[in-house]
Amino acid sequence: MNRSLGTTTAKGRQISHVPNYVILTVLLVFSLGPLLVMAFNSLKSRTDVADNPLGLPRNFVWSNYREAWDVGNFSTTMVNSGILVAATVIGVLLLGGMAAYSLAKLDLPGAGALMLFLLVVSSLPIHLFLVPLFVLWRELGLLNTVFGLVLIYIALNAPLAIFLLRSYMIQLPRDFEDAARVDGAGEWQIFSRIVVPLSWPGFLTVGLVVALAVWNEFLLATVFLQDESKFTVVTSYQNFATRFSRDWSLTSAAAVIMIVPIVAIFLTFQRRFIEGMTQGGTKG
Amino acid sequence: MSETAIQVRPGLEVRRRRWNRASYRRKVIPWLFVLPVLLINLLVVLGPTLAAVYYSMTDWSGIGAADFVGLANYRQLFFEDDSFKTAFVHNLMWMAMFLTVPIAMGLLGASLLAPIKRGALFFRMALFIPYVLPSVVVAHLWSSLIHPDRGVVGWLNERGVSGMDVAFLGRESTVLPTIAFIDNWRWWGFLMVLFLAGMQNIPPDLYEAARLDGANRWQEFRDVTLPGIRPILVFMILMTGIWSFLTFDLIWIITQGGPAGASEVLSVLVFKNAFQNFEAGYAAALGITMSLFVGFILSIFVVLRRRGWEI
Repeated sequence: MNRSLGTTTAKGRQISHVPNYVILTVLLVFSLGPLLVMAFNSLKSRTDVADNPLGLPRNFVWSNYREAWDVGNFSTTMVNSGILVAATVIGVLLLGGMAAYSLAKLDLPGAGALMLFLLVVSSLPIHLFLVPLFVLWRELGLLNTVFGLVLIYIALNAPLAIFLLRSYMIQLPRDFEDAARVDGAGEWQIFSRIVVPLSWPGFLTVGLVVALAVWNEFLLATVFLQDESKFTVVTSYQNFATRFSRDWSLTSAAAVIMIVPIVAIFLTFQRRFIEGMTQGGTKG
Repeated sequence: MSETAIQVRPGLEVRRRRWNRASYRRKVIPWLFVLPVLLINLLVVLGPTLAAVYYSMTDWSGIGAADFVGLANYRQLFFEDDSFKTAFVHNLMWMAMFLTVPIAMGLLGASLLAPIKRGALFFRMALFIPYVLPSVVVAHLWSSLIHPDRGVVGWLNERGVSGMDVAFLGRESTVLPTIAFIDNWRWWGFLMVLFLAGMQNIPPDLYEAARLDGANRWQEFRDVTLPGIRPILVFMILMTGIWSFLTFDLIWIITQGGPAGASEVLSVLVFKNAFQNFEAGYAAALGITMSLFVGFILSIFVVLRRRGWEI
């Protein structure tokens, strides 16, 4: 990383970084303070949260979590969200990876037109095609089905995945593929045995970014999965938090339950997340 | 697509009598690899988009038959529907706010973070965390925090801080800036990380040279940092312009456009017309109008670039 010289010095002159740390700490409190308050409140009793909405809990009411888990129906919604995420990630990586391979390595005739198409498609607002899509899905019997929503998620996430994976695959040396082609390997074998294993970091990055997007997605999940038994963590929390909006300790506990997996995975893979999202921001 | 279809059936043309493996491999196989994703995109995005163009010229309710009404929906939209004008103004205000506050905060955070080493990774991660949270959590967390009876606002009010006896989300004058504030809370950290990545690519010699010339912090920022991250900065300004026309989640979750339409934006109007008023044709016209604004912003960008602006 091309960072300038640590905490001090430029040709002998000392530059204090104390003001940097002071202001950054203020920003840190702004960003994480609300989350800390939420974590504290998730452990308070109802009277405690009313008297003292901002401070530490007087005693730790761990049973809030048990209650939030049951009332929020997390044992169902976690599974629903997990299936949606897994199916979408597999679909995007497989189909997007194939398309990226074709664009990066196979001299696809009409590649420029396809890239343009994907760029246009990925920048169309959802609200433009939401209503006809809803009606089409109703006619096709895909409404209220996991498969139907996964198809939509694949379509919307694939362009970004293709751009990122393509730029990754283009950098791979051609030697291995050429050798395999000489040996008579088919393109599918080259793709699955050579290119995918070599570009796995790209796949991991895209998979993480897509997983996060699907886990957090609100609008489409609300519109396309209206059956309560199919609710995702997010749509179910929306109902739950609206119904119990006065019960701050319970809604906080439920929120903590749903963001702990995200934050844990984010912290573990933060470099890849940030790489994927920032590239998504600049290349999408 | 049609060209490949022709090439798959070589027997049709006499001149191309020899259909060999090599050209199959060169021309057909690449398309087989993109076909699945292409078909899904046609089904999910392109088909419904074209349908929306047609439905925007009908009085369709979303169920059953649709009568063609020409441009009546658009006429109503531009000349009769006050809620459209209000929502459009709200989108512009939203854009103005997102073009200033989060970009300034992102630049501030990134320029403070770029030169330090100790703790840089920690700050970068921590300030990014709000961006990875789902909208529903952000919405309900902040609704509670600024609730006048509970939360920070109520707490400050009890301690006599003036101006805190207000239901920020319940008043027409404050609701939109308040939701924008909440959205910015999770958004600016993302910008900061983008800007930071740009700043880390600026050669350190430029800073040294500026310091040798006696530049102070502000001059350094203005003359070295800003030009150094110009591509990403301009790009994010463009994207902010686009996204501000598409914003939906937080507003919908927190107020559904209320009170009395004071936080209604275009996307909320589309949603209400489509799924609550069953005016699918009208909703389609709104959606297309929204997309045209987005296209308009993009084309400004393209024109400026053609004219030689380095953006």
